[in-house]
Amino acid sequence: MSGLTLEAVSKQFGDLTAVDDVTLSVPHGTFVCLLGPSGCGKTTLLRMIAGLEDPSGGRLVLDNSDITAVPTHKRDFGMVFQSLALFPHLSVGENIAYALRIRGTPKADQAKRVEELLELVHLPGHADRPVSKLSGGQRQRVAIARALAVSPRLFLLDEPLSALDAKLREAMQVELRQLQQKLGITTIVVTHDQREAMTMADLVVVMGEGRIRQAAPPVEIYRKPADSFVADFIGSTNLLEIARDGSGGAIFAGKAIPGLALPSGLDRARLSIRPEDVQLTAPGNGSLTGRVTFLRDLGGTVETFIKVAGTTLTAVSTPRERPDVTAGDDIGVALPAEACVVLKE
Amino acid sequence: MRREPARTLSDHLPVIFPALMLLVFFVIPFGIMIAVSFFQREQGGFYTPDFVLSNYARFLSSFFGGVLSFSLLLAMAVAVCCVVLAFPFTYFLTCRTRRVQIAWLVGLLSVLSLSEVIIGFAWSTLFSRTAGISNLFVALGLMEQPTALLPGFGAVLTGMVYQALPYTILVLYPALVRLEPTLLEASRTLGASPLRGFFDIVIPALRNTIVATLIMVFVFALGSYLLPQILGRPQHWTLSVLITDQAIYQSNMPFAAAMAVFLVLISLALVGLTLLVGGRKDLTA
Amino acid sequence: MTPAWIRNGYMALIALFLAAPLVVVAGVSVNAKKTLLFPPEGFSFTWYTDIFTQNDWRSALFASVGLAALSAALAVVIALPLAWFLWRRVAPWARVFQFLGVAPFLLPPVITALGFLSFWATGGFYGEPWTAVISHAIFFVTLPLVTLSLGFASIDRSLVEAAATMGADDARVFRTVVVPLITPYLVSGYAFAFVLSLNEYIVAYMTVGFTLETLPIKIFNALRYGYTPTMAAVSIFFVVIAAVVFGLVARYGDLPRLLGAWSSEDK
Repeated sequence: MSGLTLEAVSKQFGDLTAVDDVTLSVPHGTFVCLLGPSGCGKTTLLRMIAGLEDPSGGRLVLDNSDITAVPTHKRDFGMVFQSLALFPHLSVGENIAYALRIRGTPKADQAKRVEELLELVHLPGHADRPVSKLSGGQRQRVAIARALAVSPRLFLLDEPLSALDAKLREAMQVELRQLQQKLGITTIVVTHDQREAMTMADLVVVMGEGRIRQAAPPVEIYRKPADSFVADFIGSTNLLEIARDGSGGAIFAGKAIPGLALPSGLDRARLSIRPEDVQLTAPGNGSLTGRVTFLRDLGGTVETFIKVAGTTLTAVSTPRERPDVTAGDDIGVALPAEACVVLKE
Repeated sequence: MRREPARTLSDHLPVIFPALMLLVFFVIPFGIMIAVSFFQREQGGFYTPDFVLSNYARFLSSFFGGVLSFSLLLAMAVAVCCVVLAFPFTYFLTCRTRRVQIAWLVGLLSVLSLSEVIIGFAWSTLFSRTAGISNLFVALGLMEQPTALLPGFGAVLTGMVYQALPYTILVLYPALVRLEPTLLEASRTLGASPLRGFFDIVIPALRNTIVATLIMVFVFALGSYLLPQILGRPQHWTLSVLITDQAIYQSNMPFAAAMAVFLVLISLALVGLTLLVGGRKDLTA
Repeated sequence: MTPAWIRNGYMALIALFLAAPLVVVAGVSVNAKKTLLFPPEGFSFTWYTDIFTQNDWRSALFASVGLAALSAALAVVIALPLAWFLWRRVAPWARVFQFLGVAPFLLPPVITALGFLSFWATGGFYGEPWTAVISHAIFFVTLPLVTLSLGFASIDRSLVEAAATMGADDARVFRTVVVPLITPYLVSGYAFAFVLSLNEYIVAYMTVGFTLETLPIKIFNALRYGYTPTMAAVSIFFVVIAAVVFGLVARYGDLPRLLGAWSSEDK
């Protein structure tokens, strides 16, 4: 298959298993985000793809050839480091031209390519600046331009935006995605920020404890999380303990959830429902009754915390449909079956 | 905690004792030495207060010029050898685990703290006919019969490199530990082989550190006074040896002091140069 | 990465270079007869026991250890208030004393030695044993000054503020917060000064060379008037002391940090 394939890749550091039996296919032109909490093995996986770490087991295959043993400098990949790793003793132009210099590109072509790349990252005319005189966002762009200088076969980025402030980061996310689409380059980004992943990726790979927990397009990850780890990590969710009644329906807090069934053979399960899907009604009117414990009015949205049979649920609504309650009031709660995802425990 | 200026006498109390000690026992001796360098020498090792330049005028002799240029060249050779040997070593060391690094640091400090007397004695044994490495070469069939490898310039240089090498490594160590490891990784993702990355990235990024280290080792080597005596012939004696010789054995304090002042000036100039180099924007930060 | 055999091989070569003279000296020190043969003929620890049983070696050992213990203590006593003052107060002029504290270590030692020689001779105290203690303390004050400055720099100032909000005055803060945190650096500074003073030759020689024989002076004199294996035994004894002291510093302190490396987390 054309593209990058990881076959049962794993990495041990002494007793610690950083990456555990990861198998993944990335077709050409895809934008992949490796997403997970710190210590989940995502950076180690990216470094193995780059050749900066040797896998303890498994194979890396690129366009049908095994690259597991190919040293980093012969892989023709571009990488942006978390620290950016711009060479402090070289100017912006020299940094970008470094890969071209190594490949023996003539000086004039180097200069032309540098200007092209600076144009691409919206920094025209900055070639002679020292790296130390750039702002954080500009350094970011230089690091990206440098990694793209030789039209790499894979474009790898390790937490590339983590050093930027929130506003700039959001803008760069959009810019990075647009750049990737323009160039059609296969891109793998490591991030712990789920918003970043949702903004940029074609394919989100959620990792936890060294394993892939789910690999799917962003909307699917959000709507149909594979397990409670993914459901909890991506956005916020309500995780409820449910049981099966005699006829196969799902019961929460002693009441059946209309229209929701548990697969046969499963007596207990966990249910994930997003806060914006929880419907609030007048007390006694809905299928469940709870008590409001706290109301968080954020202006744009209103979060209502409701205690139902010992479990606290969160519901998010727009100010227009703001429930007319205060803390301590009783309220009705409905869980629409089509928004519920049943997860194995 | 806010740092406040010291106002009352009791605020100043802690600094009084160290200040007095340093003024009385460092600044004043230094001043006396400078004064003595202008004094008139009398027969029998005494000297009388005066202001003569004859002690400095003696520098103009060809003998002194020879000793001075030999001292400077020797120190330079030691500095270059040490940095060339120590730089790759220190780089490899910083790639090791912390445990290995600490074990090496303990060993390096132990060698560094060794008395020059002991280093001189150890190398004179190693280079001797009876116990030296020439016996090993004979056993390996590289030599006909054991010979003494000292006294000689090679022995002096080896001994001084041995003395200064741990110092060089320890001066380079902090800068290399703080070197961002991703710089070299970045060069590799851009297509540079490890060796090329080392020469393209690591060495230029640490250019200032290397220059500063060269100067510091140079000054360190200028201070060597026993090794040239133990391992070399009189023509290998350095300015430091000459100063000791004049002060103790020739009892010519004014001349010894004048040479010391001169050595201070050279050292200060070089230390100033180091600060200048180090004070420029630190590229490794 | 550079191939592992190049790294390991190169490090091994440097290790060999640094260890070779010591190995030979260690070999020589166990000769059965009074010769400096290597490989040694026979095996004997006599030369080590000689350090403690022979009068001249033993008194040199006591002189050296006494000098090192006292001068290192004095160096710490000079450095501690200075380092504390530099940390506690805004006083740019006090930087002069910091420079004076570092200068003896950066200049060629023969200069400091000659300064002391002219000073003690002028004052008429030349040859008194205590002059060597003061001279060494000034000569090595750099070491505790540097370790203590590093130590103070590592103290989070908000700890002092926290103690103050709980009612501690300056003296009490110093005793209950600063001293416990600074102790490892104090001990390291003392250890560095002690070991270096033990090995120091030229300052000791120029101040008390003709009245008090320290071990390095004794070894040097022995070099001139005939080698004995005892010199080798003393040398090895010194290496072992240094390794043990620095090993303890590394065990109970943060050696890479003391030597200027910022990061101290495990690799």
